[in-house]
Amino acid sequence: MATDPMAEIRASFFVECEELLESLQDALSDMDEGSHDNETINVVFRAVHSIKGGAGAFGLDALVGFAHRYETVMDEVRCGRMPITPEAMKLFFQAADLLQDQVRAARDGAPPPDGSEPCLVALEALMGGAPVEEDIEEATDFQPMGLSFDFGPAEDEGATPALPVWTVRFKPSAALYASGNEPLHLLRALAKLGECKTSCDLSALPALDTLDPEAACLEWVVEITGDVTDFDIREVFDFVEDVCELEITSGGADAPAGGFDLPDLAPPMGDLGADPFAATPGSEPMLEMPGAMPGMPAPTPVAAPPQNPSGVEMNNPPSLADLAETPEPTAAPIAPAEPAPAPAASAPSTGPGATVPKGNAAPAKENSSEPSATVRVDLDRIDRLVNLVGELVINQAMLAQSVAEAGLPPNSAVMTGLEAFMMLTRDIQDSVMMIRAQPVKPLFQRMGRIVREASSAVGKEVRLRTEGEATEVDKTVIERLADPLTHMIRNSVDHGLETPEKREAAGKPREGVITLSAQHRSGRVVIEITDDGAGINRPKVRDIAIKKGLIAAEAQLSDSEIDNLLFLPGFSTADQVSALSGRGVGMDVVRQAIQGLGGRITIHSEPGKGTRFSISLPLTLAVLDGMVVNVANETLVVPLSSILETATLTDEDIRALGPNTNVIHVRGAFVPLYDLGAELGYRAPMENYAGGIVLLTAQENGSRSALVVDSILEQRQVVIKGLQRSYGHIPGVAAATILGDGQIALILDPADLVSNASGRTRSQSFALAG
Amino acid sequence: MELEKSSQNSSELELLSFRLADEEYSVDIMSVREIRGWTRATPLPHAPHHVRGVINLRGTVLPVVDLSVRLGMEPVEGDARNVIIVVQMGNQTAGLLVNAVSDILALPRTELQPPPELAADAAHSFIQALTIVDGRMIRVLDLSAVLPDDNVEAA
Repeated sequence: MATDPMAEIRASFFVECEELLESLQDALSDMDEGSHDNETINVVFRAVHSIKGGAGAFGLDALVGFAHRYETVMDEVRCGRMPITPEAMKLFFQAADLLQDQVRAARDGAPPPDGSEPCLVALEALMGGAPVEEDIEEATDFQPMGLSFDFGPAEDEGATPALPVWTVRFKPSAALYASGNEPLHLLRALAKLGECKTSCDLSALPALDTLDPEAACLEWVVEITGDVTDFDIREVFDFVEDVCELEITSGGADAPAGGFDLPDLAPPMGDLGADPFAATPGSEPMLEMPGAMPGMPAPTPVAAPPQNPSGVEMNNPPSLADLAETPEPTAAPIAPAEPAPAPAASAPSTGPGATVPKGNAAPAKENSSEPSATVRVDLDRIDRLVNLVGELVINQAMLAQSVAEAGLPPNSAVMTGLEAFMMLTRDIQDSVMMIRAQPVKPLFQRMGRIVREASSAVGKEVRLRTEGEATEVDKTVIERLADPLTHMIRNSVDHGLETPEKREAAGKPREGVITLSAQHRSGRVVIEITDDGAGINRPKVRDIAIKKGLIAAEAQLSDSEIDNLLFLPGFSTADQVSALSGRGVGMDVVRQAIQGLGGRITIHSEPGKGTRFSISLPLTLAVLDGMVVNVANETLVVPLSSILETATLTDEDIRALGPNTNVIHVRGAFVPLYDLGAELGYRAPMENYAGGIVLLTAQENGSRSALVVDSILEQRQVVIKGLQRSYGHIPGVAAATILGDGQIALILDPADLVSNASGRTRSQSFALAG
Repeated sequence: MELEKSSQNSSELELLSFRLADEEYSVDIMSVREIRGWTRATPLPHAPHHVRGVINLRGTVLPVVDLSVRLGMEPVEGDARNVIIVVQMGNQTAGLLVNAVSDILALPRTELQPPPELAADAAHSFIQALTIVDGRMIRVLDLSAVLPDDNVEAA
């Protein structure tokens, strides 16, 4: 089993190639957006050059040949002998795509792909047939890893759009503490909204001997960079607004100074020992930035050795001592004076602040010029770890169950220990999931290529804009998202956008824009594909659906119902079947794939303005927060994310609607009632549901339904075990999990259950009628 | 055909025989992963009758087929004496609920006889071969016909 050392080096070369190709794409996108500076062009040149160098070492002649000619052209550009025209850019992109093909072919040992010649010839034609000089620095210059660092900053500025900055000044009053609120939680909630810089003003803090333990002396200034609205911020403070002073200002992306970034959030006196870093996930990398960013002004005088203006001695409670070690006390005198953004030291904050994508620590590190230490780990090992952690969670649940059955008092040492164990398990699980999480950037870059190829195939001018590339999603999700996303992007190019002529006629720019965005939203990832095309042609969609017998001719459909017809199997709107899409295997396949990932897809379309597809996906495929319920002596898990509320039914709530259908009256709306026991075939429908417990669930499209259960047992995190592989899909069931007692419980998919249930009742009534 | 594929290199064949109702059946021992005592299976909604449910097999979800129902007989009652034979066919693993396991039989392949072409009987299509051991007729099951087929069964 001796492994060939050459094979390993070769493998790592191809991994590096992928990284180089990624930076190549980045730099080309920057160039396309108008940054023609030397650094960006150098990135392109060096990426190609490094690939060539490495390929030469492995004797990959075809790859070397291609890269060499590409490099020669880029060298011309670098020396300013060749203008960067839109046509040239197109060829550069095309050549980058071809280079990727070449690399992949070389990696898989396949023969080099054909078709690169025309592109190269066109490129060389642009160059005007300038003589090709032989490269001198061939072997010595092969340092692919080093490259990705020194152009970090340049690449960043072009790639990341500036995000709005909010400054929140938050001064809790004594009443806030008295009412049991905890600023730490609020600050954590803020930190979740976006990149946060938090400073604490200790100026009002008296010396310890005069300290009134119940007085409120602290004040925080938080700067949030991210795609956040005033409303989001206000929402965080919703419950405490009347017991604190709150000031929210926008704009002015400035921090007081670079030295103020706090590693911790200065918990109030006698903090409960929470991990200080947990409070501001984003602040850790920020601390590294000031020194790491080249050309950044040194932190302004305030970064002088931290002093303690409040006179608190070092033998104080540990949390105060912690505070004294950070530079933050020096911030104190300034922060109150300028609660609003201080324009003085804008450089440090626009540097790291603007480049750091929303609330995400990992990519921030990636972008910093300091090489971050990374380890390449085989995915199998991580998967094994994930599985083991899954087993750990199950085990912990078993333990909890047997402890509960032993009837120990709730404050016994075992119970406290178990609680700590539970928290640890959860932390471990989160950390392990984080390892699997990857930014969606490579996926989005692939889509860039799809857009270029698709648009040239149908003769449309299309630009792909991407947002939130740093959003991290489970690796498996990313992998399995590639196909549906490709299909949707092609659809957008082919059907969504109009031809340039039509666009001009409609008063739009010739070039259509497709926006691909990713963001985290309430524990899920939302990926949106938006085009600025003509929107869904609803009358046409309706006609086709009628023609194909998908709906009855006289059916009255709402706009969103018509839009959703696109997801029906065998639906295709293109007048002619084009080479790209329209083969009838369309959006239904996409929807299936998304649902297979536990996701949902929705359409929103406005005539003349465009169409937006939103895909909402779970962050991980491995765990889920669920409500454990009992139905007809079976234990089931309902995903917590789908439950709006739970209620006990009374007689007045229930209204009969037809012989077998009931609705309940909740908050002024009628919601269909489903008997879970009957829907799943565990028992016959009950006569009377009064006194029963219902779970009110919401679907992605906003429709609600109420599920009757016998009892609610608990709420907890469960490990998802797929059923698909061992058994196949069961209507209404998403997956299974293993409970504390070793039994298997099914995890429901309420949306699927309801859609299947309604389908069945309808067919039954037809059967009865016939 | 399946039989030849699973142990093509030997002329000897080992069968795990088990009891269903009062009849004796067997499967090729090469496809048996393990034998487990009866545990309550979690029923699956909308599943065919012979799918008893799923059980936890060391952290994986294992579908359990009540072989008796599958062959058109009365369901196995499901008490402590019953066993679940965990079998594997290609990528698919499933549990077969049977009354009791009886024996491991080694016999030359040549002693297997194809089942006679009789009228269609529910159990008939699942039987791949017949053999006689000590005067008892042993039926050799065709696992691929018995196991729940993805999707098709679920629908």
